[in-house]
Amino acid sequence: MEFESLLQLEPYSLTKREKEALLFQRLEELTQHHRENCPAYARILDSFSGGPGAPGCEAIPFLPVRLFKELSLCSVTPEAVVKTMTSSGTSGQAVSRILLDRATASNQQKALVKIVSSFTGSGRMPMIIIDCPSVVKDRRMFSARGAGILGFSIFGAKKFYALDDKMRLDVEGLRDFLEIHQGKTILLFGFTFMVWQHFYQELLRLRAGGAAFDLSGCILIHGGGWKKLQSEAVGQGDFHDRLREVCGLDRIHDYYGMVEQTGSIYMQCEHGHLHASMFSDVIIRRPLDFGVCGVGEPGIIQVLSTIPESYPGHSLLTEDEGVLLGEDSCPCGRKGKYFKVNGRLKHAELRGCSDTYAAGYQ
Amino acid sequence: MTNLEKYNQAFVEALEISEDQLPGLEYQEIEQWDSVGHMGLVATLEDAFDIMLDTDDIIDFSSYEVGMKILTKNYGIAF
Repeated sequence: MEFESLLQLEPYSLTKREKEALLFQRLEELTQHHRENCPAYARILDSFSGGPGAPGCEAIPFLPVRLFKELSLCSVTPEAVVKTMTSSGTSGQAVSRILLDRATASNQQKALVKIVSSFTGSGRMPMIIIDCPSVVKDRRMFSARGAGILGFSIFGAKKFYALDDKMRLDVEGLRDFLEIHQGKTILLFGFTFMVWQHFYQELLRLRAGGAAFDLSGCILIHGGGWKKLQSEAVGQGDFHDRLREVCGLDRIHDYYGMVEQTGSIYMQCEHGHLHASMFSDVIIRRPLDFGVCGVGEPGIIQVLSTIPESYPGHSLLTEDEGVLLGEDSCPCGRKGKYFKVNGRLKHAELRGCSDTYAAGYQ
Repeated sequence: MTNLEKYNQAFVEALEISEDQLPGLEYQEIEQWDSVGHMGLVATLEDAFDIMLDTDDIIDFSSYEVGMKILTKNYGIAF
């Protein structure tokens, strides 16, 4: 099955049975493709004990996401690699290296557009990036942070980086940008901790000095982990409430995603649930035997993505704990699984664009 | 300035290349036209022609020639 055929579908339109059949077919083909083209991956599969289980997405073998820190797994020739992406890490920590060919890089962007459009509408908007421009400077080696910003940049018609290279808010620039685009829906994008520390806190401080900013009607998309904010006891509800209170921002979407599966992100809906689209799925597994958890039972999150062709990353076991909340039944009307991320597993390494950056703020 | 001149100039400016490199040039073929360069090129073209490209067109914009076809077909810019 070509990835193109998935792009023809609405990303949240299929019910469980329809999606399972389609997803399984594509993932099974990807497993075969990687087995044939990545010798290291083939050896890993060969070492797995037991034969194939019942056909279905749950039987697709999965790799620990950490493996990409130790091995450069690749299913295309070195000449076909056009971009290498790295995960965010704290200093001294090993990073994942993800090798992309043209087709995979392009499909990541296409999937992202389909997913995000379902929440923002398909038009492009003026965009405020709550980060510094230097993040996208090193072009050959892309950090997850840069890749996230660049991927979302496609939705921005005019772009403004709200922070300078010292991560200070450009107050004058922000004021001018808001004035020029007054009355339009503006898209804001940033990583959770940066949004909190360098945007929300600054707006709060500015307001105390009598300078208010109105972002009502604008949309904020943020991701990259909650760990630091959780430790400061700022939950999702507080995050929303306080941003609304300080600048009127009321359309706020968190997303869950990782550089090993760029593009097929899980967006949070109006009801606060993370949703799996047509391009991906989650399976929550029990830590003891990797059995599949039922609705409401916390476990380790496995992520499936239909995108990766240039590296064998279509089925990965993360180091995050999550809970499946339901399937096809979210009140927002989107079909597919919806879930919640509880946080990192105990003793797991720090990762995520927000959390690794926040580690500098102990 | 003709539309072709504007179009070429946008490439030359955004990707910092010379005009003789343009015919047949494909996305990801040279270092400057990577995903970062692509977004810069889109912004430059949008300013030059006072248009806003659709996300699909930005993704489909895979070469110098394809870009021209997209601008003609979807934005009424004749070359």
